[in-house]
Amino acid sequence: MSVEKINEILNQYPEAGRDKLIPVLQDVQGEEGYLSKESVRLIGRHLNLPTSKIYGVATFYNQFRFEPMGKFHIQVCRGTACHVKGSLPVLEALTKELELQPGRTTKDGLFSLEIVACIGACGLAPVIAVNGEFHARLESDQIPEIIESYRKKAV
Amino acid sequence: MENMKVTINNRVLEASHGETVLSVASRAGISIPTLCHMEGLPPTGACRMCVVEEIGSGNLIPSCSLPAYDGMDIKTHSPKALNARRTIVELLLANHPDDCLYCIRNGTCTLQDYSEELGVRQRRYNGERSTYDLDVSSPSLVRDPDKCILCGKCVRVCEEIQGVSAIDFVGRGSATHIGCAFEEGLNVSSCINCGQCIMVCPTGALAEKDETARVISALRDPDITVVAQHAPAISVTIAEDFGIKPGTDIVDRMNGAMRRMGFDYIFPTSFGADLTVIEEANELVQRVTSGGPFPMFTSCSPGWVKFMEQFYPELVDNVSSCKSPQQMLGAVVKRIWTRDKKLDPKKVFHVSIMPCTAKKFECDRPGMRDGTVRDVDVVLTTREFDRMIKMFGIDLEQVEGEPADNPYGERSSAGKIFGASGGVMEAAVRTAFHMITGDELPNLEVKDVRGFEGIKETEVKIGDLVVKAAVVSGLGNARKLIDSILSGEKSYHFIEVMTCPGGCIAGGGQPFTSDPKVIRSRMMALYSIDSAAPVRTAHSNASLMKLYEDHLEKPGSHKAHEMLHTSYAEREVLK
Repeated sequence: MSVEKINEILNQYPEAGRDKLIPVLQDVQGEEGYLSKESVRLIGRHLNLPTSKIYGVATFYNQFRFEPMGKFHIQVCRGTACHVKGSLPVLEALTKELELQPGRTTKDGLFSLEIVACIGACGLAPVIAVNGEFHARLESDQIPEIIESYRKKAV
Repeated sequence: MENMKVTINNRVLEASHGETVLSVASRAGISIPTLCHMEGLPPTGACRMCVVEEIGSGNLIPSCSLPAYDGMDIKTHSPKALNARRTIVELLLANHPDDCLYCIRNGTCTLQDYSEELGVRQRRYNGERSTYDLDVSSPSLVRDPDKCILCGKCVRVCEEIQGVSAIDFVGRGSATHIGCAFEEGLNVSSCINCGQCIMVCPTGALAEKDETARVISALRDPDITVVAQHAPAISVTIAEDFGIKPGTDIVDRMNGAMRRMGFDYIFPTSFGADLTVIEEANELVQRVTSGGPFPMFTSCSPGWVKFMEQFYPELVDNVSSCKSPQQMLGAVVKRIWTRDKKLDPKKVFHVSIMPCTAKKFECDRPGMRDGTVRDVDVVLTTREFDRMIKMFGIDLEQVEGEPADNPYGERSSAGKIFGASGGVMEAAVRTAFHMITGDELPNLEVKDVRGFEGIKETEVKIGDLVVKAAVVSGLGNARKLIDSILSGEKSYHFIEVMTCPGGCIAGGGQPFTSDPKVIRSRMMALYSIDSAAPVRTAHSNASLMKLYEDHLEKPGSHKAHEMLHTSYAEREVLK
């Protein structure tokens, strides 16, 4: 995202202090899809906050990410129903298959992984959503096949 | 308001309003363990180590944040309180690496001390170990988040005392750790390498970068001439690690110990400090005659210099162009002395023993070498040097005192008080007065600038000129002062800035202590050396004058500029 775009957002918060940090972060991520180093720097300058502090606050919340989303954004439901039905092995299979930790994006930019608390599809547990497309009643051994299908789509 | 009466451990004690139970107890000689408490800063109550039992309610309350009230009844070491503390330590140890034997803080670790004091003899809780990367990116510090107990003192000292905020808490819950923005290394952060975080760290999560091995291998190499310089603030602190009374000056015994270890030549950094005084006083006089720029800031504290370059780059021309005493002496040794001695500078290894971790960074700055030959090869902190003395089996009590080497062995006491906040100012004023008036300052002691006050001010009348001066230590204080100057509220001619609160005597490379009395005795030691010294001004240092005569012509000469001065530039960091 361009510096102008971020400045445009920041200009909506004139004379703002640290209490406006979260709304500013949300707006910037809303525009940019993630929080880049450059935007955190600009936010820090505007709110008079060190980048370490902003990063500290942003990493406290699950909603902020620091890498652009992948072409395929995978949300893994870790809500109660999915947990009971075995979402942990599913998540582990994903991190293994993609060699990726939650919150991160693969180097080729294809996949990003996010843990969500509940996506309201408890009847389908355990469930993951890839760009909004649901995969229901998963077993961990289905994961490689699912990932492969998206890899093919990307070509 | 009248004082209150509180009962602690069946003793009735007086407490003033707003005083915490921790403070009342500590005045009465009752020691309550703390991990997150920081003297002079508001309590966070994070670690819960200081819980005490309130008789009656039976509640456990953290004493650091418990205000005393009239008639309260407290037991600081009741079985219940002790039990809670032991459990806290056991829980902290649950995911702590069990590598005390290999840890740099073995013997100086607060967590280890408490574990011992509370009789922890087994691992009752087995937590999942964290596996963070070591951060070895800094030239000065090593960060090992696996050993961190999240007390938060490093974050606070960095933000609240130094005004830097290079590090903060990152993440949440069991994934919380201390880190720089975007998990970057300290080297690209705004860290100024001051090492104050090491001084407050209760464990081995923060430490100086240990470079003793490089020094030992140089000492072992028969082809290498090893030259050492030791900073003015070392000789009054090093004794502490050997059970000698704090504030004892053992400079001669230290020289003796160094010769036994195999150092070939020893020069006091105070000689370099005298040289800095001459060059800096001359620069001040030049600025006075040519109209500025003012204020002129001192440049001997490398943490401050980096701080200025990244936070106040508009001040690059205000900071004195003088190199620090370490680098001046380094340049003189490598570029002049080796020639006089007919030694190959490539085969001379210059070790600098400093109270400072930022000096490790400074010696690698641009301009600190002649071609490929570095002026200072390795900087050791006081603590590293202490470890070397122990390793070499030297008993500091027994070693006989020896003088430093010539031609740079003579120092004035002006160069010695550099180790305390205000010392550089005092030394420079003594010499600037002489340069302008030709006379000596009627009273050499500039008492206004001594002591531990964060910001000190004075006015010195030199001939017709009134020099307005300020002395600041702790960069949080420097920020306040600079902001008041930039806003036009204050103006000065000359400002001394020391990165560490109180100056080098409380530097980030010094022996560990949390006792303000110990730091005070270090300062007192420097000033009593000064008041008893035969030579108290840099310009009366005869060997220094000879150096000018033989090699440097006069203060501020072209040659002096080439060798003894440097420049600064805006620095891009993740700030």
